[in-house]
Amino acid sequence: MQLNGRAAPWLFLGPGLLITIAFVFYPFVRTIYNSFTNATPFNAGQLVGLANYQAALADPLFWIALRNSALYVVCVVPFLVVLPLLLALLVERLIPGIGIFRTAIYAPVVASMVVVVIIWQWLFNDRGMINGMLQELHLITKPIPFLSDPWLLLFCAMVVTIWKGLGFYMVVYLAVLGNVPRQLHEAAQMDGAGAVRRFRTVTMPAMRSTMILVGIISSVSAFRVFSEVYLMAGPTAGPGGQDTTLVTLIQSSGTGLSAQLGYASAVSVVLFVLTLGLLVVNLRLTQSKEN
Amino acid sequence: MSTATARRAERAGSKRRWVYETKDGHRIALLPLIVRYVLLLLVVAITIGPFVWQFLTSLKGVKDNLYAVPPIWFPAAATLKNYVRVSEIIPILTFVLNSLIVAVSSVGLNVAGASLAGYALARLKFRGKSLAFAVFIGALLIPGEASIISLLQMMNDTHLTNSLVAVFLPGCIGALNVLLLRNAFLAIPREIDEAAILDGANAWKRFWNIGLPSVKGTLAVVGLFAFMGSWDDFLWPLLVLTDTNKYTLTVGLNYLQGTFNQDPRVVAAGTMIAVIPLILLFLVLQKQFFKGIGEGAIKG
Repeated sequence: MQLNGRAAPWLFLGPGLLITIAFVFYPFVRTIYNSFTNATPFNAGQLVGLANYQAALADPLFWIALRNSALYVVCVVPFLVVLPLLLALLVERLIPGIGIFRTAIYAPVVASMVVVVIIWQWLFNDRGMINGMLQELHLITKPIPFLSDPWLLLFCAMVVTIWKGLGFYMVVYLAVLGNVPRQLHEAAQMDGAGAVRRFRTVTMPAMRSTMILVGIISSVSAFRVFSEVYLMAGPTAGPGGQDTTLVTLIQSSGTGLSAQLGYASAVSVVLFVLTLGLLVVNLRLTQSKEN
Repeated sequence: MSTATARRAERAGSKRRWVYETKDGHRIALLPLIVRYVLLLLVVAITIGPFVWQFLTSLKGVKDNLYAVPPIWFPAAATLKNYVRVSEIIPILTFVLNSLIVAVSSVGLNVAGASLAGYALARLKFRGKSLAFAVFIGALLIPGEASIISLLQMMNDTHLTNSLVAVFLPGCIGALNVLLLRNAFLAIPREIDEAAILDGANAWKRFWNIGLPSVKGTLAVVGLFAFMGSWDDFLWPLLVLTDTNKYTLTVGLNYLQGTFNQDPRVVAAGTMIAVIPLILLFLVLQKQFFKGIGEGAIKG
């Protein structure tokens, strides 16, 4: 085969482009189209204009989903921006045994969400470890209903998200921390700057763009939360669907024999638009700060 | 532990002070070092503690009280019975095998497909390059969850539903991986390529002999992420697999949890079977991983 010719680059790119177009772009375009139809699993349906979007706006579950997904971003992101940076500073120096410590902190990232949720459900159980300890310390007399109260359920799912995400973002920070010139630290130290002062004047400015990146990645993924909520709150997403998020709504309305593909697609399009909006807002905010 | 590092005493004023020097030449005094270890142990207690509790639960027998106040950590007589019971209740070995097939296929296809595409984007000259680049960037902007219902329809239309191929096919060449490898290939000096072209090496030879060996670190990161990503994936296999025998481990565990909720010991054993191989794999690749991350997987 002549691999210097014009075909070579396209042979290299072929599989990647094919997969991306077939499994990312095509289904996305089809979702947009479906959102204007009343399709069901057994019927391609007809165009119904904006009916699905109107149905979403009139559906209380949609608003609950929107509220919960937004709440998720607001509550989870600050923790995932700040805590992993502190952890990265803690594990940065190559002291004896640091490989084991790093791996131990990364372990929740490696474990699958299903495993992690099962473990935490067992801890949050009415008669589980956490209630047991709190009772032993006489902080509470009755067990806290972590897994039956809709608000507590959402809170527990957030705890799981944060706990599982710490190690991932720690590694992101760790990769960048290595690039901070050491002379800066040494110069600051000579000038008599303590650890806190050096963190504020040397580390923070150098890490700013990474913190923004982590903020963007974690807010987009928090907005798309599914597994934690589905697994903790069950297929109905909590009592009366109170813990529904946008993606659990897509899953519950778009699958099964009585699926409303049009409606699920409309919610999908809303998810896409809002995710994009989140990105744009993030970028705007960071640019205006830089000016 | 490293032998290159040395703890040494040095004079500071009139007092003798112990200073620890790390491999890369950072010096840490004794007190900050102790504080560091105490904090590390605290953090590790939080990240590993739940796994340990689950592991100990999986070893407990019927006579152990799971709900004691205060909680009892250790089983009176450790038993492996729960692990046997998991395999009686669900075909856990089949699930593990299914997950392995999916994960290994995903790693192989991602490493091969993404490095080929990444190489073309970084090192080959051709018309339409920026368009191809835009395709991969654009793909990053579309959240997978937003098109998952249509993806399921596609699998139904092609009768791929309920097969393992359907599980790994949509994510088998991730756009992010293509871009990561493109960045890694960009770092190779131009002159090397030019010399190879003069020697008559075609694109494939340059890719194979010069390109791939220079991006091993990034390949390791891409491979590891692909493995963990498909081993951990839940939403997609949950939607596309309906037959219990086709379940991957995550979907299977959810099934175990739903059906036999009454005995936490058995569920705990199931989760341990799912998590231990992954933690071992990561322990083995840990050095490579942290090095590869530092090398430019993120820097880009």
